[in-house]
Amino acid sequence: MTDLLAGLLIVIGTFFLAVGSIGLIRFPDVLCRMQATTKTTTLGACTIFLAAALKFGYSPIALKSILALWFLLLTAPAGAHMIARAAYRGRVPLATHRMVADDLKEVVERSAYLSEHNIDL
Amino acid sequence: MSLLLHGALLVVACSTVLCLYRIVMGPSVPDRIVAFDAFSTNLAAVVVLLVMRDGLVELIDVVLVLTILGFVGTMAIAKYIKKGDIVD
Repeated sequence: MTDLLAGLLIVIGTFFLAVGSIGLIRFPDVLCRMQATTKTTTLGACTIFLAAALKFGYSPIALKSILALWFLLLTAPAGAHMIARAAYRGRVPLATHRMVADDLKEVVERSAYLSEHNIDL
Repeated sequence: MSLLLHGALLVVACSTVLCLYRIVMGPSVPDRIVAFDAFSTNLAAVVVLLVMRDGLVELIDVVLVLTILGFVGTMAIAKYIKKGDIVD
C-alpha cells in the first residue's frame, strides 16, 4: 500500500517536473517562463520528496526529506518574487503584444518620475 | 517499483537538461536565473530518485545542500541585477 502510494506520488512529481521544463523552453518571455517553472517545479519536487519519506518510513532519511520539502516550500515563492521584481524593474523585454493588462506599469513610472524630480510626498 | 524509478529518473534527467538549454540560450539574465532555479530543484529531485533507486542513503544530505544553495544563489543574483550590489 505504501509502495503503491509512493509510486503514484513519483508519477505525479515526474509529470509536473517534465511539464515545467517544457514550459521553460516553450514560453515567450521571462514572466511566462517563471509562471511555468516555479509552481510546477516546486510541486513536482515536493511530491518526490514526500514519496521518498513514505518509502523509507520512520527513519532519518524521511526526516531529512521532509526538511528539504519544508525548506523548498518556504523559499521557492520568495526566490520567484525576487526574480520577477528584478526582471520587471530591470526592464527586461516582455512579450507585450500578447499582454492583456499591465497594472504595475503606471506605478513604476510614477515612482521613477517622483525620484527623478526629487519629489517627496 | 524499480522500473518506475528508472523511468522517472530518465524523465527528470531529461527535463534537467532542458533547463540547461535555457541557461545557455536565455536571452536575458532573469531568464537564466529562472532556469537556474528550476535546474537546482530538478537536480534535487534527481538525487532523491537516486537515493530511492540505489539505496544510497548518504546522498540525502546532498539534497538539503542543493536546496539551500539554489535558494541562496537565486536570491544573490536577483539582488545583484536589481541593485548592482549583492550585500547591502
